[in-house]
Amino acid sequence: MVMGPLLIGLYVFVLSVFVGFEVINKVPATLHTPLMSGANAISGITIVGALYTAKTAEVSVSNVLGAVAIALAMINVVGGFWVTDRMLKMFGRRG
Amino acid sequence: MSGAVGIAVALIYLVSAILFVFGLKRLARVRTARQGNGIAAFAMLLAIVGTLVELGWVDYRWILAGLVAGSAIGAVIAVRVPMTAMPEMVAILNGFGGAASALVAISIYWVDIVEPSRAGTAASLMGGAEALTAFLSILIGGVTFSGSVVAYAKLNGSLPGRPILLPGRHALNLVLLAASVALGLAFSYTVGDPAEGAVAAWGLLGASLALGVLLVIPIGGADMPVVVSLLNSYSGLAACATGFVIGNNLLIISGAMVGAAGIILTRIMCEAMNRSLVSVVLGGFGGGDSATAEGAAS
Repeated sequence: MVMGPLLIGLYVFVLSVFVGFEVINKVPATLHTPLMSGANAISGITIVGALYTAKTAEVSVSNVLGAVAIALAMINVVGGFWVTDRMLKMFGRRG
Repeated sequence: MSGAVGIAVALIYLVSAILFVFGLKRLARVRTARQGNGIAAFAMLLAIVGTLVELGWVDYRWILAGLVAGSAIGAVIAVRVPMTAMPEMVAILNGFGGAASALVAISIYWVDIVEPSRAGTAASLMGGAEALTAFLSILIGGVTFSGSVVAYAKLNGSLPGRPILLPGRHALNLVLLAASVALGLAFSYTVGDPAEGAVAAWGLLGASLALGVLLVIPIGGADMPVVVSLLNSYSGLAACATGFVIGNNLLIISGAMVGAAGIILTRIMCEAMNRSLVSVVLGGFGGGDSATAEGAAS
């Protein structure tokens, strides 16, 4: 059986959904916000897609959109992981 | 991408995906949470480095501008925000992630079709699955962005926390959803002219932004944390859709994982608040009135 890229992508998607379901269970209430924040930072992975779209020099719609997308994703990534760390640092001190 | 570099990059992505799984798993346990966050951040760094290696020697001015501006703004926000403002901060950061996914999809459409001005439908030029997931990426990303902005405004008090109920909002939501799907399908399958495709893409973005606002605005402030969690799940799915557009498994894996974990976390949070997931998810459509009143009272 030969699988095209779409079919492989679908396999990967379905299995990853199961992984996502499995890793999260019985989360204590104190971790709800930090976990949400950390997972949110991971969704900044779309930065990889953004990096593909801004790789020439000219001032074009695609480059401007790409650069804005890179900046927005990077705010999500840097801000997201950083505030999560701040929250968890406080949490550790309390516990 | 040459052979050896291609394999090296694929392996970097694989390591990054594995680290995301470990990071997320550890984030969900009290003792390992901080370490888990660090592991996930390192996985993100690996992914970015891997992508830059894959791109090779290209013109970096736009990429650098985006990276520097985004990192600086993200760092300033992260350092300055007071601890009490965390929920709305998560909301707005999540919105940025969704917006990024929507803009990536539009940008790819420009690179592939509008700028070389190729005639033909997106499905015929990009591939059917790519065109369809580009449409989903714009739709989900747009809803995530505007929905998150409204959640942010409700949480920080610039919008009243009480449910804002527009007359005829159910009909309006349905019309907007139908318009988004129609524009998305036109964008993917029927429009053969790049200029018209561009109009469809911007129209789709506009409709999805309006939809995001209308879905969140009728939900009360007390339910906002659950809504932010749900929007977090959406931004994962938007990144996942972008992964299908560019054919990158790392985006599909981490996006799908965040999407699924976000749904589970949303359900757990609902249970903790003694609310049903359905009433929150559909809150914007129907059950919101009594449900939000109940949430505000508790």
